[in-house]
Amino acid sequence: MAINPDFLGRTFPPSAPYEVSRVKLAEFADAIGDHNPVYRDRAAAQEAGYPDVIAPPTFPIVISMASSSRALAEPGLNLNYAMVVHGEQRFEYSRPLHAGDVVTAAVTISDIRDVGRNSLMTTMTRIDTIEGEHVCTAYSTLVERGGAA
Amino acid sequence: MGDQVSYDDVEVGMELGEVSYPATRLSLVKYCGASGDFNVIHWNERIAKSVGLPDVIAHGMFTMAQAGRFVTDWAGPKALVVEYGVRFSSPVVVPDDDTGATIGVSGTVEEKLDANKVVLGLTAKSGDAKVLTRARAVVRLP
Repeated sequence: MAINPDFLGRTFPPSAPYEVSRVKLAEFADAIGDHNPVYRDRAAAQEAGYPDVIAPPTFPIVISMASSSRALAEPGLNLNYAMVVHGEQRFEYSRPLHAGDVVTAAVTISDIRDVGRNSLMTTMTRIDTIEGEHVCTAYSTLVERGGAA
Repeated sequence: MGDQVSYDDVEVGMELGEVSYPATRLSLVKYCGASGDFNVIHWNERIAKSVGLPDVIAHGMFTMAQAGRFVTDWAGPKALVVEYGVRFSSPVVVPDDDTGATIGVSGTVEEKLDANKVVLGLTAKSGDAKVLTRARAVVRLP
């Protein structure tokens, strides 16, 4: 069954605040095998000009996915998760996320379409601090293989 | 981590030599845990094969993270990533052995923009397959 096109343009309320922690950033950096000290050593991060340890560029996916997975689980969207692969990903950054940031993520379904035998869905997730400062916007395109109507 | 690159040192057409990054089953399990993405195709061979994949495949975001690491290692700690995007063109297939897969990343300086920004075009391969296309990062250098 195809992804339900009625969900195009749907915006979901911002997530509960997410607090970026040093331990989580170090765990994520370890998992991607990145030994850069700016992700785990506060003094090194400050020497490079940041207020605290920063997040690797792809870390915001952790926050955006937690929000977009709520959207993907919406009854009636008809997304078959076992057939889903990640098609495209893009981030636009106003600044790096750093430990101590408290952010929310607001998801909009910005595109739903069929390409050949596959169904594509793009979400746009805006990540802002609770003070209202824009940090990053993440655009994720998921492909449901064989999902076209 | 590389030394700090400055905008004035960079020229359009500069080639950034290939770096190889490993992706093993352990890498994927760790990435599942750290990212919260537990999609079964990244850790369960039985289900991966039952949905038509050759084997367990790496998270696209794991591959994107390796190419991101290539960018930040080259650009240095004071560089700011302004934009980073990729298309996942082919999966990184990770066999259940001690070696796993290798992701080779290389790059080219494609453009110098105003405000100290440079555009990098990236190539990522695993075996013979191009695993990322349209991979591009914009970084602001000191």
